[in-house]
Amino acid sequence: MMNFSTWDIIHNLLLAARWTVALSLAAFFGGGMMGALILFLRVVPNRIAGLVARFYIEVFQGTPLLMQLFLAFFAPALFGMNVPAWVAAFAALTLWTAAFLAEIWRGCVEAIPKGQWEAASSLALPYIAQLRYIVLPQALRIAVAPTVGFLVQVVKGTALTSIIGFVELSKAGTIITNATFEPFTVYGCVALMYFALCWPISQSSRWLERRLNAAHQAH
Amino acid sequence: MPLIKLTNLHKSYGNHEVLKGISLDIAAGEVIALIGKSGSGKSTLLRCVNGLESFQKGSIDVGGQPALTNAAGLRILRQKVGMIFQQFNLFPHMTAGRNVMLAPMVVKQMSAGQAEEIARKMLDRVGLGTRFDSYPGQMSGGQQQRVAIARALAMEPLALLCDEITSALDPELVSEVLAVMRDLAGQGMTLVMVTHEMRFARDVCHRLVFMHQGQIHEIGSPEHIFAAPQTPELRQFLGVEAA
Repeated sequence: MMNFSTWDIIHNLLLAARWTVALSLAAFFGGGMMGALILFLRVVPNRIAGLVARFYIEVFQGTPLLMQLFLAFFAPALFGMNVPAWVAAFAALTLWTAAFLAEIWRGCVEAIPKGQWEAASSLALPYIAQLRYIVLPQALRIAVAPTVGFLVQVVKGTALTSIIGFVELSKAGTIITNATFEPFTVYGCVALMYFALCWPISQSSRWLERRLNAAHQAH
Repeated sequence: MPLIKLTNLHKSYGNHEVLKGISLDIAAGEVIALIGKSGSGKSTLLRCVNGLESFQKGSIDVGGQPALTNAAGLRILRQKVGMIFQQFNLFPHMTAGRNVMLAPMVVKQMSAGQAEEIARKMLDRVGLGTRFDSYPGQMSGGQQQRVAIARALAMEPLALLCDEITSALDPELVSEVLAVMRDLAGQGMTLVMVTHEMRFARDVCHRLVFMHQGQIHEIGSPEHIFAAPQTPELRQFLGVEAA
């Protein structure tokens, strides 16, 4: 039987952790762009656009991410398309992230006092200009901290993609455990690595929140 | 021809009728105060004239043109009548100067240079020429309200609507805002204001409109309204003993 040193374990986990980071960032930015689109549909004064956006958000918030991953992976197969695990993982996480970010950002837009919209309207600004010059710049500042905070959820969400065979940190942990029979050591390392990724993010979210709030009060 | 002509304006929220047929002609250069108890419909009336509230029946004509209620029509209306709010509603992420420059640049497509020139002129006019680069949060309530007035003036409206513009101010800051309004009135600006400042209404306004339960209950010159109130509701509102 082969022997694995602790370094072998950590080394291989770190290699796999790159994919966790890559997938997280890709899903976060993809989801961010798509979330902005959903947000726009959600806040624009148009019934149908609003309903479409709400339906989207409800579906992705109301079903487990795991089911979304399964569907993204297996559904294309029904139509004779074989989707690689990384494509399915990226697609599902992006759609999921978009739903949550759109909802977080909607809260930020709605936190802008009605008087700001009214003042902008009374100056004859068109709706898009009201959003662009008045509401979004102020909403953006409130949105930074919760958005960065949500990145933690995305990072942890990538662990589920191991189920459809995408080799990231969790999947690598399972593979290594199967070879070393040292689940405690391996999964302990895996957990520490997730923590090492997430903790700085949640700390910076908190720091941003304090900083931006202070700046807001100074105005 | 009146500058602003309201004809039989009706507005309800559900079953609750807030405006029950308001007709009022306002001449160019006229200064009018809307007075009355809270809930009498005076703020709603003002907000209808700026298109911030819709109405079910009646019409609003400004400068001889009927105001349309679609988005484009509302923008045309709002370029003719500016609005100033109780809570100032300055944009907190922009300097005073930027607050004033925004609408001329976006709506009238002025260059930044032109808009800045106008903004400096308007801020000067309200006595805040030196605060161009201050943020709203760095100014007192009275100063913020004066920036809001400059912001509305920069669009060169035919009339200004003022919705209790001194009600959110500390007592010692009220007079600086009223002084600006007095100047504007003196320069011939058409002003329609909802106000609780009875002294100001008496000294500066040409006509007072007393609203009661969604209707114009009494209307007349300040002398007429204060010295000879005709109805018991107005007497009660003014705190005059019924004769």
